[in-house]
Amino acid sequence: MAELDAFRAETRAWLEANCPPSMRTPMPDDEIVWGGRRARFKNPDSKLWLERMAARGWTVPTWPKRYGGGGLAPEEARILEEEMRRLNCRSPLQSFGIWMLGPVLLEYGSEAQKAAHLPAIARGEIRWCQGYSEPEAGSDLAGLRTRAVPQGEHFLVNGHKIWTSYADLADWIFCLVRTDPLAKKHEGISFLLIDMDDPGIRTRPIRLISGASPFCETFIENVRVPLDNLVGGLNNGWTIAKKLLEHERKMIASIGERQRGAERSLAQLAKTYCGARDGKVADAVLRDQIARHEIDQRAFRLTQRRAAEEAKGGAPGPASAMFKYYGTELNKRKFELLLQCLGTQALGWEGDGFAAEEKRITREWLRSKANSIEGGTSEIQLNVIAKRVLGLPD
Amino acid sequence: MALVLDSETALIRDTALDFFEKRAPVSALRKLRDDKDALGFSLPLWRQMAELGWAGFLVPEAYGGADYGCLGLGQVMEAAGRTLAASPLLATALIGASALALAGSEQQKAAHLPALARGERLLALALEEGAHHAPFAIAATARPSGGGFRLDGEKRFVLDGHVADLLIVAARTSGAPGERRGITLFLVPGDARGLTRTRTLMVDSRNAARLSLDGVELGADAVLGPVDGGADALDPVLDRARAGLAAEMLGGAAAAFERTVQYLKDRKQFGVPIGSFQALKHRAAAMFCEIELARSAVLAALSALDAKSSDTGALASLAKAKAGDAFFLISNEGVQMHGGIGMTDEHEIGFFLKRARAAEAAFGDGAFHRDRYASLMGY
Ligand SMILES: Cc1cc2nc3c(=O)[nH]c(=O)nc-3n(C[C@H](O)[C@H](O)[C@H](O)COP(=O)(O)OP(=O)(O)OC[C@H]3O[C@@H](n4cnc5c(N)ncnc54)[C@H](O)[C@@H]3O)c2cc1C
Repeated sequence: MAELDAFRAETRAWLEANCPPSMRTPMPDDEIVWGGRRARFKNPDSKLWLERMAARGWTVPTWPKRYGGGGLAPEEARILEEEMRRLNCRSPLQSFGIWMLGPVLLEYGSEAQKAAHLPAIARGEIRWCQGYSEPEAGSDLAGLRTRAVPQGEHFLVNGHKIWTSYADLADWIFCLVRTDPLAKKHEGISFLLIDMDDPGIRTRPIRLISGASPFCETFIENVRVPLDNLVGGLNNGWTIAKKLLEHERKMIASIGERQRGAERSLAQLAKTYCGARDGKVADAVLRDQIARHEIDQRAFRLTQRRAAEEAKGGAPGPASAMFKYYGTELNKRKFELLLQCLGTQALGWEGDGFAAEEKRITREWLRSKANSIEGGTSEIQLNVIAKRVLGLPD
Repeated sequence: MALVLDSETALIRDTALDFFEKRAPVSALRKLRDDKDALGFSLPLWRQMAELGWAGFLVPEAYGGADYGCLGLGQVMEAAGRTLAASPLLATALIGASALALAGSEQQKAAHLPALARGERLLALALEEGAHHAPFAIAATARPSGGGFRLDGEKRFVLDGHVADLLIVAARTSGAPGERRGITLFLVPGDARGLTRTRTLMVDSRNAARLSLDGVELGADAVLGPVDGGADALDPVLDRARAGLAAEMLGGAAAAFERTVQYLKDRKQFGVPIGSFQALKHRAAAMFCEIELARSAVLAALSALDAKSSDTGALASLAKAKAGDAFFLISNEGVQMHGGIGMTDEHEIGFFLKRARAAEAAFGDGAFHRDRYASLMGY
């Protein structure tokens, strides 16, 4: 206990001394740092903050130090998170490498793969994207058709991925490919790491209902990938794919919690837009709905914490489906409530008449609808819980 | 704040699970109901529970208790909730012991706590006067009379009220109904003159009574806690009651859920187990999530009570609201997913539905606790 208290004090002092003031303000979308070869820092403090945090290994606090991590125990990582929240520190770096690829490389990667890829992820030098979904393989992911054929020292890869988030900005893609077309559909899949700096890879951005274009179609044509880039053995990809999905689901579950610096709470917005009486949100129905949401949100957070304590930092397991389902449905509900609070001020699209915060909420409301689709839909999560947690028959 | 049980508390939970499953299954509640048992619970069972230390879990060691805390008692209550066991756990071991231990004078503690811990004294809190939990809407009066007080008024939904040896009665010494200030707690012997107790038979077959206080004369030493400051004395007691009852409800919800999932696996229609139908699977999966959230909320509230942390009020409301919602949902879905058999008195799933509603009404339903939570959080 005393050691943890000391760690907390040290962490707090370091953050206070090293987190630039502008990194303690709400983070606009265009200042989120994703890293990568082509990273641009609109705010120079973002770069400084990333470098300082990366030097301590705190972009990936629980990864081993030799791979660029902070080597922190889960309790220490939680303290770091709490102290960052306390100071409203922005997250210095976010990426699919941190959330998804890193954890499975740590578990299944060869020593050479770990050494080659993990530190670059930790420092934000390489940006990864996820090549899972295909036009005919969404929820039924194992129906994927992208082919990888071994030829000497290489695989020859051909296929068509879709909904590849940030493929147009990424440097590398981790891909599910079919390596044995004759095997049963789950048994002929491999997990491959592909450098996108290859003329055979083309991306075409797709626009979302929120107006943004964060995802793409990705075309892979006669791309040669070294055999060494295969993770976890030939035709072993489904195991790794599922493990990665657990990490992805855990991440998406916390979508409402991302460190974005100080933001006004639902209740504060409700008071501003709907009025207050005796310090209470004046609209009793709205107030009840906000309380219901916040109670669920808090119980959900407590459950995440309990799961972490029970697992002692271990892998998430099938219960990650619960977090993915509940967390994303909660986040959608939060945005519906925000819209209810803001009324017509949440209906602006661009231009004058609406504050930046209002327009951000409008766009994020639309974006939030994807939360229960990406990473496996809510229906699929409920299927997973029913089958793997409750043992209900097929 | 502990969200995972330490080994000692886990042992208490396992002991309690085994105890209630063997000695107080749902069939025991049915028997109490069918026999129209005058006490409403089994006294020998209560004595056994006292021997295990549970009656005195919240009683300080100096008064013969185990002083084990709310998290420990919560485990026992959760286990009792799984079999809908009727016992004085809530009214005596949790509420009565807390009121005396937290607000009692040296004399009052010495007079009652040792007997309570031995399972030989039953308590009941006489608070509610209306159809909804409203801790400050006290109209019963306590007027000065011959150096003491004279109590008049009506109380209802007094859990274990008709069998308690000692009642804790909230009455107004000043102010108007609805005001926090002006409420005073009194210790009233069950056989006091002017006190009439009428048992009310409840849908969940658990104990409750109406009290009529008609000029009940008490000495000044009957006052529990500060005169006019009864609401302050009551707050922490009610929060314990809410968290403890939430634990019981969690147990009920979890047991009803497990029974339902098992039925989904066993019952066949259209030649397949009904649990293979996705419409039922998804609802079962959603219920699983609600139980997990309720469990976290209950553990957090119980631990916060033991740690005396500053947000116990909010966490107790969180736990009561969440466990109440979960029990409501699951007991309803439980009946639905059992089909016709679920509607029969012979089947046990209906007992859970009945208990869910009664437990929700005690010490604040979801709407009450959402309102309180919002106020505590500043909106
Ligand atoms: C914003 C966003 C970003 C994304 N980013 C990526 C990415 O970076 N990389 C990547 O590979 N993919 C990405 N995806 C794709 C995502 O994983 C898929 O959209 C998702 O798995 C659903 O597949 P689908 O779109 O083909 O829908 P479908 O599978 O066609 O589903 C349509 C509807 O049918 C329901 N359904 C399907 N099967 C069942 C079933 N068995 N039981 C009950 N209901 C069912 C679904 O729940 C859904 O409601 C992203 C998606 C979005 C929206």
